[in-house]
Amino acid sequence: MQPTASQTDIVESVSIDTPSGVENGIHLEVGNPEIFQRDDAARELVFDIEKLKILYSGVVAVADVDLDIAAREVTAFIGPSGCGKTTVLRSLNRMHDTTPGAVVHGKILYHGEDLYGSRIDAAEVRRRIGMVFQKPNPFPKSIFDNVAYGPKINGKKRKDLDDLVEHALTRAALWDEVKDKLKRSALALSGGQQQRLCIARAIAVEPDVILMDEPCSALDPIATARIEDLMAELKREFTIVIVTHNMQQASRVADRTAFFTAELNDAGKRQGILVEYDSTNKIFTQPSDPRTEGYITGRFG
Amino acid sequence: MATIAPERPRSQKLSEGPKPPGRERDRVFRWVTFAAGVLVLVILALIFVSTVAQSWDWFSTRGLSTVFSSRWSPKVYPVGTPKAGQAVPGTGFGAWALIFGTLYTSLVAIILAVPLSVGIALFTTDVGPRWLRNPVGYIIDLLAVVPSVVFGLWGVFVLATPIRNVYQSIADFFAPIPVLNKVFTGNPLLGTSVMTAGLILAIMITPIITSLTREVLATVPIAQKEGALALGATRWEMIRGAVFPHSRSGIVASVMIGLGRAMGETIAVALVIGAAIRVSPALFSPNNTLAAIIAQNFGEAQGIQRSALIGLGVVLFIITLLVNVMARAVLSRGERRLEAGK
Repeated sequence: MQPTASQTDIVESVSIDTPSGVENGIHLEVGNPEIFQRDDAARELVFDIEKLKILYSGVVAVADVDLDIAAREVTAFIGPSGCGKTTVLRSLNRMHDTTPGAVVHGKILYHGEDLYGSRIDAAEVRRRIGMVFQKPNPFPKSIFDNVAYGPKINGKKRKDLDDLVEHALTRAALWDEVKDKLKRSALALSGGQQQRLCIARAIAVEPDVILMDEPCSALDPIATARIEDLMAELKREFTIVIVTHNMQQASRVADRTAFFTAELNDAGKRQGILVEYDSTNKIFTQPSDPRTEGYITGRFG
Repeated sequence: MATIAPERPRSQKLSEGPKPPGRERDRVFRWVTFAAGVLVLVILALIFVSTVAQSWDWFSTRGLSTVFSSRWSPKVYPVGTPKAGQAVPGTGFGAWALIFGTLYTSLVAIILAVPLSVGIALFTTDVGPRWLRNPVGYIIDLLAVVPSVVFGLWGVFVLATPIRNVYQSIADFFAPIPVLNKVFTGNPLLGTSVMTAGLILAIMITPIITSLTREVLATVPIAQKEGALALGATRWEMIRGAVFPHSRSGIVASVMIGLGRAMGETIAVALVIGAAIRVSPALFSPNNTLAAIIAQNFGEAQGIQRSALIGLGVVLFIITLLVNVMARAVLSRGERRLEAGK
């Protein structure tokens, strides 16, 4: 199959925009038809982000972000600290609503609907778009009550909770470890178990999307590997967006990767920007932008 | 160029040579804090011993009936008579009615004050508009320094007369309802009553409970709140699911401190309670409390009556202690249950 017109556009723009890549002696194998064919074949868009710009108390944290995120894919946001990747992630389920001074400009379409539209309820948004945080944050309740919390506030009946909790814990690969101590405090679990509990808690609401904000940064390598395996399972049902500092993790789990960095803007302040967004394979093997290339090969900045 | 000589040769053993200069100050610091901690226990023990000693006449002559008799009609022979200071036969020195009155007024105060206090605290931490949160907090803290006698005088001169009509209409409303008509009634129905005392106490303890609850709520980690919000919780669901479980024991401790104040409050209650000795659930009737009756009668009390009044202080002390111990027990039982997974 031949690349379509739009893909050719990408190819052209890549070769035009990055003459420095050629200067540096990097051979860009753009236009590999295989990658494009697999990526663009009937991608069902979940998020369509245009000209996103987020400010904290009037200071621009990140600007000019254009992204589309497809269903049942893992999309990774990578980049150095302060590049705005977590800020963008938190705008996807309106977590900024509770942050004083945070303002979101631009457009985020979720299945074609404006996520920040006046008739959209933030709590309803978060029921569809769940989130797992950097540090495991189980409630100081029993394991059962942690998982049951979401279904309960969503009006699930008490008699259905047992099944729901078991199902969610099973899908989060935690059931076998905790099935005999469901009434025990969740705080007694190990860090890795707590994080899987938080994933189970998010799954139990039956969301459409799960956002993960550096979910493994507080975990040891074994617990990290388990969470990564879990993500591969979960993406059959859910759309996953993950922020990570760990580039190997992005290359292992993500279908698509967005690289962010921080640069001085016109006002002389550091500001996050989206540098490049493409299939993970391409980002890690033949990035179009020298800044991406520098970051993934360890030459930062 | 001068070189800085090392404090001691590297080869010197750890057990030899000079101690670090901060060592001495650290020891002084330890002793000062230790002394401060012990002082509290010593003062408490001394208060207990001396009040028990001074009230021993009452405890020893009346036995358990001191506490469990509801007859309090203390009459002693006056000074100058042969039996000066001894009880006139037939008069009662029972504390039960006063214990009841103390617990009842405090209960009313807590029922009124706790929802209000927790509500204000939540308003200033999680719910209210940001620009209004701190001003409300400051004003509540200011209320805590108003002397109790001011509330008492306001209660008796301003509140007591007009509120009688309110009580009357509430009593009329509940009159046909069994059980409740025993509570929401008064015989006689007066403005100086259990309810008024409860109201005044509630106004008095609301600032302290609010202030302490605010501190507790402020310690709930943002991660916990965001965890709940990320599951699609509304603000109230977040408060129920993440804020309360995390701050429950702290809120209970705040309430206990408020309850202690309510049970021990003297002048304000003495002014508005109406001074009647009775064990009655009627909210709109006069009653009396342990602390209030001490203030009312101590001035002219002699002999066994004085001893009995001091004894009431001991009883109040023990009740406060018991209430606190019970509250802690309830809390820690809940926590243990979670630990053990039952």
